[in-house]
Amino acid sequence: MAGEMKIGAYVCKGCGIGERLNADQLATTATRDGKAAICQQHDYLCSEEGVNMIQNDIDNEGVNRVVIAACSRRAKTDAFAFKHVTLHRANLREGVIWVRPDSDDQQETTQEMADDYVRMACAEAKYSKVPEASGQQGVNRNILIVGGGVAGMTAALEASKAGYPCTIVEKAATLGGAVAQLYKTIPTKAPYADPQDSGVDELIAAIEADSNITVHLNSRTTNIAGAPGRFAADISAESGATVTKDFGAIVQASGFKPYDANQLPEFAYGKNKDVVTQLELEALAKAANGSAIKRPSDGKEVSSVVFVQCAGQRSKKEGHLEHCSGYCCSASIKQAMYFKDQNPDVETTIMYTDLRTPGAGGENFYRSGQKKGIIFTKSVVSEVVNGANPTVKFKDLILNEEAEVEADLVVLATGMVPNAGQATRAELTIEENEDKADAKSSGEAQVIRVEVESILNLDYRQGKDVPHMANGFADSHFICFPYETQRTGIYTAGPTRRPMDAKQAMDDAMGAAMRAIGEAENAGLGKAAHPRSGDLSFPTFRKEGCTQCKRCTVECPFGAINEDEQGYPVYNESRCRRCGTCMGACPVRVISFESYSVDTVGQQLKAVDIPEEFDEKPRILVLACENDAYPALDMAAQNKLEYSAFARVIPVRCLGSISLSWITDSLNSGFDGIMLMGCPSGDNYQCHFVKGSGTAQERMGKVGDTLQSLSLEKERVATYEISITDIHKVPKLINDMATTIEKIGMSPFKF
Amino acid sequence: MSDIVATNQTILVVGGGISGMTAAIEAAEVGKQVIVIEKRPFIGGRVSQLYKYFPKLCFPTCGLEINQRRINANKNITVVTMAEVTGLVGEAGNYTASVKISPRYVNSNCTACGACGDAVESEFDNEFNYNMDKRKGAYLPYNLAQPQRYVIDPQMIGTDDAQKAKDACKFNAVDLDMQEETIELKAGAVIYATGWRPYDANKIQPYGYDRIKNVITSVEFERMMDPFGPTGGKLVRPSDGAEAKKVAFIQCAGSRDRNYLKHCSRICCMASLKQSTYVSEKYGDDAEVSIYYIDIRAIDRFDDFYQKVQDDKNVTFIKSKVASIVENKANGNPTLHGVDTEGYNRYANEHDLVVLAVGMEPSVDKDTFPIEIKVNDEGFIEHDEANGGVFAAGCSSDALDVNRAVQHATAAALRAIQVVNRVAKAEG
Repeated sequence: MAGEMKIGAYVCKGCGIGERLNADQLATTATRDGKAAICQQHDYLCSEEGVNMIQNDIDNEGVNRVVIAACSRRAKTDAFAFKHVTLHRANLREGVIWVRPDSDDQQETTQEMADDYVRMACAEAKYSKVPEASGQQGVNRNILIVGGGVAGMTAALEASKAGYPCTIVEKAATLGGAVAQLYKTIPTKAPYADPQDSGVDELIAAIEADSNITVHLNSRTTNIAGAPGRFAADISAESGATVTKDFGAIVQASGFKPYDANQLPEFAYGKNKDVVTQLELEALAKAANGSAIKRPSDGKEVSSVVFVQCAGQRSKKEGHLEHCSGYCCSASIKQAMYFKDQNPDVETTIMYTDLRTPGAGGENFYRSGQKKGIIFTKSVVSEVVNGANPTVKFKDLILNEEAEVEADLVVLATGMVPNAGQATRAELTIEENEDKADAKSSGEAQVIRVEVESILNLDYRQGKDVPHMANGFADSHFICFPYETQRTGIYTAGPTRRPMDAKQAMDDAMGAAMRAIGEAENAGLGKAAHPRSGDLSFPTFRKEGCTQCKRCTVECPFGAINEDEQGYPVYNESRCRRCGTCMGACPVRVISFESYSVDTVGQQLKAVDIPEEFDEKPRILVLACENDAYPALDMAAQNKLEYSAFARVIPVRCLGSISLSWITDSLNSGFDGIMLMGCPSGDNYQCHFVKGSGTAQERMGKVGDTLQSLSLEKERVATYEISITDIHKVPKLINDMATTIEKIGMSPFKF
Repeated sequence: MSDIVATNQTILVVGGGISGMTAAIEAAEVGKQVIVIEKRPFIGGRVSQLYKYFPKLCFPTCGLEINQRRINANKNITVVTMAEVTGLVGEAGNYTASVKISPRYVNSNCTACGACGDAVESEFDNEFNYNMDKRKGAYLPYNLAQPQRYVIDPQMIGTDDAQKAKDACKFNAVDLDMQEETIELKAGAVIYATGWRPYDANKIQPYGYDRIKNVITSVEFERMMDPFGPTGGKLVRPSDGAEAKKVAFIQCAGSRDRNYLKHCSRICCMASLKQSTYVSEKYGDDAEVSIYYIDIRAIDRFDDFYQKVQDDKNVTFIKSKVASIVENKANGNPTLHGVDTEGYNRYANEHDLVVLAVGMEPSVDKDTFPIEIKVNDEGFIEHDEANGGVFAAGCSSDALDVNRAVQHATAAALRAIQVVNRVAKAEG
């Protein structure tokens, strides 16, 4: 893209635009104000003919900035997809004619709206560059897999089958993880009637036979530096020997830790040898290997066994797990079958509150258990009394009475504790962060951090492991995107991500392997991961202007930015999700993307024509999240819901990217109201960039001073949480702002 | 449609719901050629008809918007709507699929300007809202429909209205002569992401869905919450439009039952817990929700949500399989009869509205797969070597929630990639 910038502006007259607006005037605006070198009109711009017209100007006239004045940037994307140019959409259909009444008295303000959008698109064009990948990393197809249980092994085997070499790092001396400790597993195939072999030995054999897979046993990752496409991992053996290897992406399958049953004294665990956990029963079953299972205390063959479900789970009690581990109901049925299949006379009772055996397989397995004579009692166990035989005290919820039963053996269905390393510091604000640094030797948070060993040991500014979600699992926050951790290129799978059984963990590992492969490929091309998949723009900063304030490195939701010795940010392109939160954080405005910068938006709002105060035509700037608020506005338009002709909407990548300078500049240039529309924040946040909306709200708190210094009313700047479904709400909010301005009056800052 | 290029390195994804979209995106974003075959006129599947997701109570269209943008931006994905796979022959690395494409009567010239919709009068049952209301004969299926292109109902063809639609279009997008066609496509691997359908509540005789107006299904209830849905976002009774404040949810309606669906559909407990919040959202403290259940299966991390709903004093849990529902003819209230098994008390409880938490049935009937494939008793596709290069994704494999369906579909993409990479290697 060497050579001159040349803007071509193309005004569509289809879909009613030509009837409702003066297209000639729009063309004049584009050439006169927008400095478009070429401007053409077309009756039907998205037609083959219209598109060819534009392509011809690109090919033969040197147009390299294309301004489409037609429909929304979300419409007709297949038609308006030109290579090697920047593309800018003036939204005249959804943004103007569909939200304005078709009447003569409204024509003037409607036309003004359209003219402004043309000016804005041209201004954006002027300050945009065609994004090109940084070349920071090439394609590296090696996948690092942390954890050698069934999940890790599955990830390795499946990625290898697709042609990707894998390295497994396992801290134990053998592969197999938790499943290797099981006698049998829950069935995974019809008719789902009996426990089945775990298949761990076959998996291990397959790993050993695969020359594409390298295994490091007794080893840990002691440092992981770099980014997707160029991770450098130190793999250290117990012996102390360390090798460093390069990887494209990482699967973290670090599994779970069994819940410590010693925290359940009410169930006589630790006091009575015949009270065991599910995992301990597996060892007994393994030892019996098909013969009668003997109990630990005296080796007596077990003739009666009680399973206590949800032991220390689904409970808010101190030291208990709040979550349900999902697999324990099926696991207890399986274990009861160990007894029943060997000797149908053994009494097996499962005490549960909700029996959770979902899906086709789960319900069949439950039924099979019933057929084999397992007794299911809906009850809450209050205590296990220590004695020669443990006695289980419980409330039978069906008979609604307290009862007790003596058994040879009691099995506690304790749950899964994620093995997810350290909770991150991503949530810390600058101030808190500095405080913590000052009080390094004291403070609770510090102590907790020391206790938990890191799994990955990431050399990231924002912590050594993948940030945790609820209950300590390193999960994604998103229902539609289960693999989107807050660390690009690192995909968690199995019980470290959420509680699950072996089969699900293996499925999960395969999905994580897919994501790892995807990221290894795309990082190599400089392409962004979800949700801006394929985006080639990435942030750079002007070092001369940087004050080393560290806001960008702290606020990046994805831990993409490190710091050098002098405190300057070090960007890692392929960790970056391109949200622009760093840009919004930067007080000196030195951070920008090729196609999204302080200028591409700042110049748009400056391009808006501000009528003089006595014209009584206020201007309202709406900065709308491109994924939720902007589509909601488009859909409001589709439904012909009207809003004020004074609004000027600019889509932003994320509210977190909003630079305070846009706010002050627009106030100074005479905007009367400013509306920021982002996603709902809080625990159930919907921001796909984690915290953009919350961050913006915080930052806007500081706008108060600016408003005060300009003697402007605080109502002029407002932040809203908008979901994509708020189709009726968004036009109403804009109209409310227009009413507010009517009340408080025009801004005096018109020039 | 004959310009679709497909080879034995192409991945064919059957079904464009959340699972099919996910599998397609994952494969396409690593450079694979993908063709998505979708039966309906738009992609997005069942999630497009959901108001909110559990447990976050966020909106499914948010994720759809992202996925649709990714699909639109990716040249490796071809989406064919109103299409069904009617035949499939071959083996891993070399399949040929017959795809029947029904006429949309609107071609790609369409700009979704809406002129045809404005021009016509005729109305037909709106399948998007489970036929609870009507839509026009020229229509965009819903606000976020992708492709953003109108559809003309075949029932309108041959009428004056059809001609009016054609005349209203300035872009020559309405083609009333469009014919059904069948095309053949090559593929190396096939992903069945055909999803689920709600179990037919008419079959559950004791619950009177076919007789009692104020007995509806969970999927219908979901549509009522949408401001663009059949009731404009109001929770009201179908019989008289009165506010439905005293609402009963019947869990396992036709599920975990040998007479109907043998399996547990995993999602229904969470769906009802979620829907209980809808009643509160609309009526605050006037909401009076009863959930009749066998086991509340709020599995793994979802249990938090169950605990939250349990804390809501307007929600009561009754452990009982409801025996029957009788309509109170005087006021239209359904009366539930059964035994509360906690303490064994008989009850006869009257409610404004009853919601049947119906289960998930695989969309494709067991014996109608176009190729031999391993399917379990419940009709779900089992993972099996014998299936060759045909893989299930999402709810075609089991009753799954969205999160797990997406997880499963991501894995399915890798399975398909393994096959086409093998083909690519063999072909050099």
